[in-house]
Amino acid sequence: MTSLLNTGRPPVFCPGCSHEKVVHGLDRALLALNLTGENVAIVSDIGCSGLFDTFFNTHAFHGLHGRALTYATGLKMARPELTVIVIMGDGGLGIGGAHVLSSCRRNLDITLLVLNNFNYGMTGGQCSATTPMEAKTSSNFLNQLEKPLDICRVAGAAGAPYVGRVMASGKDMSGEIVAAVSYAGFSLMDIWGICPGRYLKRNRITLAELEKEMDRITLSQGVIASNEREGYATHYRRLAAEKVPVSEIQRIAATIDAPFTDGRCEVLMLGAAGQYINTAGEILCLAAMSGGLHATQKNDYPITVLRGHSVCEVVLDQKPVGYTGISKPSVILCLAPEGIVKRKNIFSLLGPETLVIKGAELMLPETEAEVIDIDFAELKIKPSQRVLAALAVLAGVGHFLNKEMLLAGIDHRYSGKMLENAKKIVEKI
Amino acid sequence: MTLTFLDGNEGIARGAMAAGCSFFAGYPITPATSIYQQMLQLLPPTGGVCMQGEDEIASIGFCLGASMAGVKAMTATSGPGISLYSEQISFAIGGEIPLVIVDVQRLGPSTGSATKGADGDIQFLRWGNSGGLPVIVLAPVDAKDCYLLTMHAFNLAEQYRCPVFIASNKEIATTRESVDLDGCLPPEVVRRNPAPKDHSGHPFEPLEGELIPPFFPMGGHRLSRQTSSTHGPEGYITTDPAIIETGILRLKEKLHSGVDDFTFFDLDVQTEDKILLVVYGVTARAARTAVVDLREMGCKISLLILKSLYPVPEKLIRGAIKDKSQVVVIEMNHGQYVREIERLAVGVPVRFFGQMNGELISPESIVKEVTA
Repeated sequence: MTSLLNTGRPPVFCPGCSHEKVVHGLDRALLALNLTGENVAIVSDIGCSGLFDTFFNTHAFHGLHGRALTYATGLKMARPELTVIVIMGDGGLGIGGAHVLSSCRRNLDITLLVLNNFNYGMTGGQCSATTPMEAKTSSNFLNQLEKPLDICRVAGAAGAPYVGRVMASGKDMSGEIVAAVSYAGFSLMDIWGICPGRYLKRNRITLAELEKEMDRITLSQGVIASNEREGYATHYRRLAAEKVPVSEIQRIAATIDAPFTDGRCEVLMLGAAGQYINTAGEILCLAAMSGGLHATQKNDYPITVLRGHSVCEVVLDQKPVGYTGISKPSVILCLAPEGIVKRKNIFSLLGPETLVIKGAELMLPETEAEVIDIDFAELKIKPSQRVLAALAVLAGVGHFLNKEMLLAGIDHRYSGKMLENAKKIVEKI
Repeated sequence: MTLTFLDGNEGIARGAMAAGCSFFAGYPITPATSIYQQMLQLLPPTGGVCMQGEDEIASIGFCLGASMAGVKAMTATSGPGISLYSEQISFAIGGEIPLVIVDVQRLGPSTGSATKGADGDIQFLRWGNSGGLPVIVLAPVDAKDCYLLTMHAFNLAEQYRCPVFIASNKEIATTRESVDLDGCLPPEVVRRNPAPKDHSGHPFEPLEGELIPPFFPMGGHRLSRQTSSTHGPEGYITTDPAIIETGILRLKEKLHSGVDDFTFFDLDVQTEDKILLVVYGVTARAARTAVVDLREMGCKISLLILKSLYPVPEKLIRGAIKDKSQVVVIEMNHGQYVREIERLAVGVPVRFFGQMNGELISPESIVKEVTA
């Protein structure tokens, strides 16, 4: 095996930069793992650590600040056999925090190397999510106000099954990377280093001091047994394989002659949540299609679905429906006060050519429309069945819908007991 | 004839499957959510992947990763999600990553009205990227268009290596309608163009005389390189102005030179017409009705329904405007695409009517506008 370093593009870091040590450490790790360039994708983001992918002869994916894990996720799901290594600085860690947390929870077999040098080197040494409060940065006093993030503790809490921390200058940094990459699941290595160009200029800190601090705060290394579980990709594929393929889109054949209709016909259905208004709208459309008509259906209900109005607008036509709005309804079915209130302004505009079919107990705003009352209580029809009963009355009138079409619509929508119950309601009318 | 009963979002999901989509990632948002829900039903049993990202940025990021691995990917959102997609859209343009992005538009600005329709993102889709290079934007009129244009969108994304938008609208997305699916003519499915053996291996180097580089999938047997940085053919960051300019001009030219291949439209011409009515999206449905009424009233009017919005099909629009005495543009916003029509209408007066109140523009208001 030979090095995977890209000899045409040697590292260009500032003299003394810890990043360069990680470049060589990662190369040694890839060699130790017996990986060739085609088997590896290095995914990086913005900042000095974002130069990483160019130093290697592997697949290389360099994207936006903090988003490297998002690309790595898609890549790994599409190519499970690929070894995916994400390189990110403490800057990317901060801005991409949501992706880090979600990657820990998701547990895809990806390795994240955080090149943590406690500041934004490339933009001039501003504070990052990991800058100590007592450090001096070009963010003036701002880093004194925010507590640094201990990413290892956070990652463990978020469900990462493998979390480690190592000095970039550490003797076995390469071995630690090998262990992290070898782990079958999401692994995170917090690699501490020194930024000579920015951080070291303002903070007199030695490697020995950093190492001492690391020992002080680091609680555990490597596998977190309580977070160990099946990897996301294999788990996904296992569950997906149990799913039944979706059936072909239902085809409705025009098998019935619809009663004569003079062009376009608009139907408004006004009810309340729980009255199956939308389902009835669908049944009406399927019924119309069985009669060779075209149909559109729009539903209107509050975002909190279990209360309030439920309004359905259906347009039927002999040719494909153009405008899907309702301006002059031919028919209005009134099933509950909530729906009537929602469209109260339409009633005064109606003439006798509009047919209103309503529950006898409901009050309407003033209207010149023709009104048919149904005494649902007398007929012992529950509120949830009333819209279907109203459709049966409409079919009895026979303007554009007949009973045969309605039964065909019900047949397309329901099966089993639901189908029998729906048919019973129609027969009651 | 048999009919199906679909809404626009179902049309998009089914169209995506027919086009060979095998990866979808999204974040729930009204009125686009049902595309994600559909894909979650459709993809897993066929070996495809459907994921819910932690946010919109992640969702589109997953798609970029998957697309670079060589699979056909789609994401879907609404205006607020497009805002979050923005940086990744710029990446898809610069990195030439094939991707279909659905924007089921809802009334803005900002979170606006989740359940009200609008066409308020039209210029946003075109210009909502850093650098301002072109994208393809297709605009469906109904559920059938959603199906067909999604298939075209996948084909174009593969062919031109770019993000392709479907500019849908709540009013198309959630309105169910009877569709003669068997009677429509789907395009032949285009597959991604792999690099021939004798290609240099430079991931952004087109073959001689071509504008679009062949594709090297991540994880393939030849190394692939992707970068959001300004790059040369080799995929490395560059500061060389000549290399930069060549690359940028190619990104522009590859789409502009192909406009005729993806100019989708309906043109209903009346002889001796004086007026041209220009619409797109759901408003086209009202316009069709309005034009019938206007002609009955003796108005000499032709109707142009644009289904490709960007890059602007200039040849088509110029040709349709030629010899007219008046152009009327109607949009579900307060004047976006009319800017394109105005610059092409040289000398012909352009009148605009727009509406942003969450309601559909009615045929009556169009008739009123044209006859005013």
